[in-house]
Parts: sequence; structure tokens; C-alpha cells
Amino acid sequence: MGLEILVCMKQVPDTQKVKIDPERGTLIRKGVPSIMNPFDESALELALEIKEAVGGRITVLSMGIPDAECILRDSLTLGAEKAYLLTKGDFAGADTLATSYTISRAIKTIGKYDLLLFGKQAIDGDTAQVGPEVSAYLDLPVVTFVSDVIKVEKRSVVVERMIDNGKQVIKAPIPSVLTVVKARQRLRIPTIDGIVSSFERNVVRLGPDDIGADIKRCGLKGSPTRVKKIFSPEGKGSTSYIEGNLEQMSAEFIDVLKHKGLYRR
Amino acid sequence: MSTGDLWVFVEKREEEINPVVFELLAKGCLLNEHLSGSVIAACIGKLKVSQRDMLSSYGAEKVISLFGEEEASHGSYDYIEIAELLYAAVKESKPSILLAGATFLGRSVMPLLAVKLGTGLTADCTELEVDPERNILLQTRPAFGGNILATIECAVKRPQMATVRPHVFGMDMVRRACKIEIEKRHYNVSGISPLKVLETVIEKEKFDITESEVVVSGGRGLGASAGFGLLEKLAHKLNGVVGASRGAVDLGWISNSHQVGQTGHTVNPRLYIACGISGAIQHLAGMKGSETIIAINEDPDAPIFEIADYGIVGDLYEILPKIIERLK
Repeated sequence: MGLEILVCMKQVPDTQKVKIDPERGTLIRKGVPSIMNPFDESALELALEIKEAVGGRITVLSMGIPDAECILRDSLTLGAEKAYLLTKGDFAGADTLATSYTISRAIKTIGKYDLLLFGKQAIDGDTAQVGPEVSAYLDLPVVTFVSDVIKVEKRSVVVERMIDNGKQVIKAPIPSVLTVVKARQRLRIPTIDGIVSSFERNVVRLGPDDIGADIKRCGLKGSPTRVKKIFSPEGKGSTSYIEGNLEQMSAEFIDVLKHKGLYRR
Repeated sequence: MSTGDLWVFVEKREEEINPVVFELLAKGCLLNEHLSGSVIAACIGKLKVSQRDMLSSYGAEKVISLFGEEEASHGSYDYIEIAELLYAAVKESKPSILLAGATFLGRSVMPLLAVKLGTGLTADCTELEVDPERNILLQTRPAFGGNILATIECAVKRPQMATVRPHVFGMDMVRRACKIEIEKRHYNVSGISPLKVLETVIEKEKFDITESEVVVSGGRGLGASAGFGLLEKLAHKLNGVVGASRGAVDLGWISNSHQVGQTGHTVNPRLYIACGISGAIQHLAGMKGSETIIAINEDPDAPIFEIADYGIVGDLYEILPKIIERLK
């Protein structure tokens, strides 16, 4: 069938390894490795599975500092055919609206896609807004919180999505945007062949002029929201330990429940 | 001059109003003390009289009910249609603030709406205040997996839009219910969504881990999937639900609808009992907002104890049966 699949991805600091400066209450970014956002890994894995099932080509797109090329290169080793990186000072400091505008401009420039996959959110910003916002800019339908792709047909795709108290099976037309929660499968690892053949492909860098973007709508300038203050959450008070023999511990546990009004009697 | 109205999107789930709506209305009333507009509940479709009264008692001064030209064929509008209806209504009335719950629905509707309106949107807020001098909404939210908090404002564009995490604000009735105005508006947006729902599966009977007052969670420290049976018993006694760390879900011990943490659900229950959970930062991100945390772990150095209010160092297979016995 030959689908054109786009996967949008973000390079993020590995939040598992982020530490807090206990004196200043700020994040210590130094020495923290950068990784492909885990939800984008799921999106890429889903794209690779779709490509295997029905055939097609995968393009990957990111916005970020030049080093974000790493995650695009990784994608090329796994079977993506094309890679684009939006990297220019004008793009820096963007909130979700400016980011989505920029990404949608890039998508309009680089090609026509049948399926546009995003991780549901990035683990640094945690907004879950960029995928749906790009869909709105492109005037395409979006299916949010997709957990699986069940069937791909010529003109439609059937997916499973999460809702607050369960799940839904949705049929969406092609083209559509999908935002992906953690997929069943972890992102595969590259083969030697994959690595070797990726050497022939380059990551294409794009600036505002390349995508016909209005720089007043990009980056900090194009962002209606501003971060006014960053601070670290107040730590909890000290932990009180419930100790003693089993009888004493279980009795004290029940006391805590009673005190909270969660157990009466 | 009026500072503009504050709108709360009334999310319904199978005809019931999601409780986060009442939290937002009550909070909206507090915010509105510094503003001079009205607190308005924006709902999709019909409301029962009892629901209107509820909205009123939590602080809505008026309800705006939005309808497409025809009744939605499948009984309810999806998030694409809701975004269209709200867009039409917001464009007409120009509220200053628009709030929605940070639920799956709210987080699907609001980004679509923000682009249509060309305004900013702050996701998953845990605190809202008003800067009284500039009448601007200050929106505070966690980022980096809950490691930092950021206060964000949208100074120029309107409306100021935010999705707000359920359970972070109290649900205090503001006044006695009174008969408030319901304004019905019809917009021509029917049949706009190209999405077709083929099937909806509600897991268990209304199982929603984010709605429960008590969550009893297990991690790798349970040692085996059978451990969740024990947690289920305790949860049942406390009218709670069972949660799990990513580790336990990855091992296939329990389905991912139970997963708490950055890649799972975020919960803020009144009581969170963490059993055999070491407390990786990703897990803490999903539960540190709990009112009280009790951790049970064999490892006294487990990071979970750093954020727990109460800690029990010991074998959960000895302690939990004893507790369950006492609850009989």
C-alpha cells in the first residue's frame, strides 16, 4: 500500500537521572544524558510496525538544539528513510503554540503524510499539547492517547485509544494525526545492516526561511505564554516510622486510617 | 471595566458531570474575587435540573448550553466536535479565562481550541492564582516529572486557558443552589468529526484509579503477581483501588490501566499505600500529590521513604495480612 508515515520526536533529558541541587532547589542538568522521549520511541516503534505490515516510508522530524540530531540518526538506523531537524535560534524558547506552528509549517513544506505520529507528551514538559495542536494547524483529525494500531486500510486506520475509565476503538480517516501512549513493544534495537545503510542518509537541517515560517510566530516571540517563575516543590515533612512487632505495627496502621477518617469502628 | 468572565468547561461522562468541574467552579469563585466578571459553566447539550442546581451550588452564576444543529448521531459529541462548539461560543462571548479538567477529554479538547483561538494553554495545572494588580491568571504546573514547578502566565492573548489536574482543589459548596439562567445556543457544527467510535470498553465497573480516595499500589518488591491479590483485599476493605509501579506492569503482573507514574496515571488520593515500591522518580511523579503516603518496604534506604508520611520497614507479606485481619 505504501504509506507515508511521519514521526515527530523530541530529545529530552533523562528525567530518571535528573538530580535536584539541594541548596538551590534547581535542576542539575549537567552530566544528565539526553535521550529520545520515551513516548516518541513508542510512536516510532508503532510506525516501524505499520511499515512492516503494509509497507511505506518513514520520515522523522524534530525541533531542538543541533545535538537533537542524535535521536534522528538513531531513527535512521532503525529504518526511517528521511530525517529533518528544525534548529535555529529563532525557534528557541517556544511554548506549545509556537512549537506547533513551527512544526506544522515544516510538515507542510517537507511532504504529504498519511499518518502523523507523535508521542502523547514529552517527559520534560509533560504538556501533551503539541500533537493535537499540530493537527489543528494542519486541519487534520487527531486521535489522542493511542495505545495500539489495530488495522491500516487504504483510506482509514483503526486504533485503540485510552479514555479515563477504559478504552475506545476508533476508526479515523487517512490522513490523521495520532498521539501515542506507551506501546506494547519497546523500541527495537538497530541491526548492523540498519546502521550501515543509515550512513547514506543525512539529517536535513531547516530554518525559518526553509519552511516559510513567520518568525514572529516562532520561538519565544511567538509564544503567548511565559514562564514567570521556576521553583522546586516543597519537600514533605519528615517520615514517621511505624515500628514494633506485627501487632503493634498493624494497630498503629489502623490508627492512621482512623485519624484520616478512612476507617470507622 | 469588567475583567471578563471565567468559564469552566462542563465535562460529562456517561451523562454524569465529572467532579473536577465542581472543583474548578469553586476555585473559579475564589479567583473571581479579584476579578469582576461572572463564573459561567459551559456545557455541551442538555442538563438535568439537579445538575444545574449542582453547578449553581458550586459557584456557577450562569450555564451556557451548547448544541450542534442536530443532536449528535452517536449520542454524544467527541472532542473534535466539542472543540468546535466551544470555539464558536468563546468567539462570541470572549471570556477572559477558560478552565477544563486535565482529563483525557480535557487534554484532547483544549489544545485544539487553543490553536483555533490563537492563544496560550497551560497543561495540567496544580495551582491557580490571580495577580490582583494586573488581573492576570497565574498558572502553576509541575514539569520534569514533578521535579520542578513552573508558574506560567498568558499576559496578552485571551482567553487564558488551562487544564487543571483533578483532586488538587477542594470541592466546597459555595452557596445554596439557586435557580440560575441557562442560555441555550445552537451552532452549526454537526457531523464535523471524521472519527468513528467502533467500540467503547469501560474497564471493570467504573474503575478509575484517579478518582479513588485510597490507592494501594504494588511494585517489584511484591515478588510475584499473586501479591496483587493481597493488595486487592486491602484495597477492598478501604474502598480503594489497586495501583502499580511501572516495574510491576512491565513484568506483566497487572494491566497498565493500574499504572501510577509519569508514563501511567497521576493520582492524588487521600491515602496512598506503596507496597514493595522503591520509589523511582517516575513513580513519585505520579503520586507525590497524595494527601498521606504510607510506604511499606523491606529496604530501609528505598527512596519512597523520603516522601512518605509513614514508613514501615518490613515484610509486606507479614504485615498486610495482619492489617487486613484487623479491618475485619
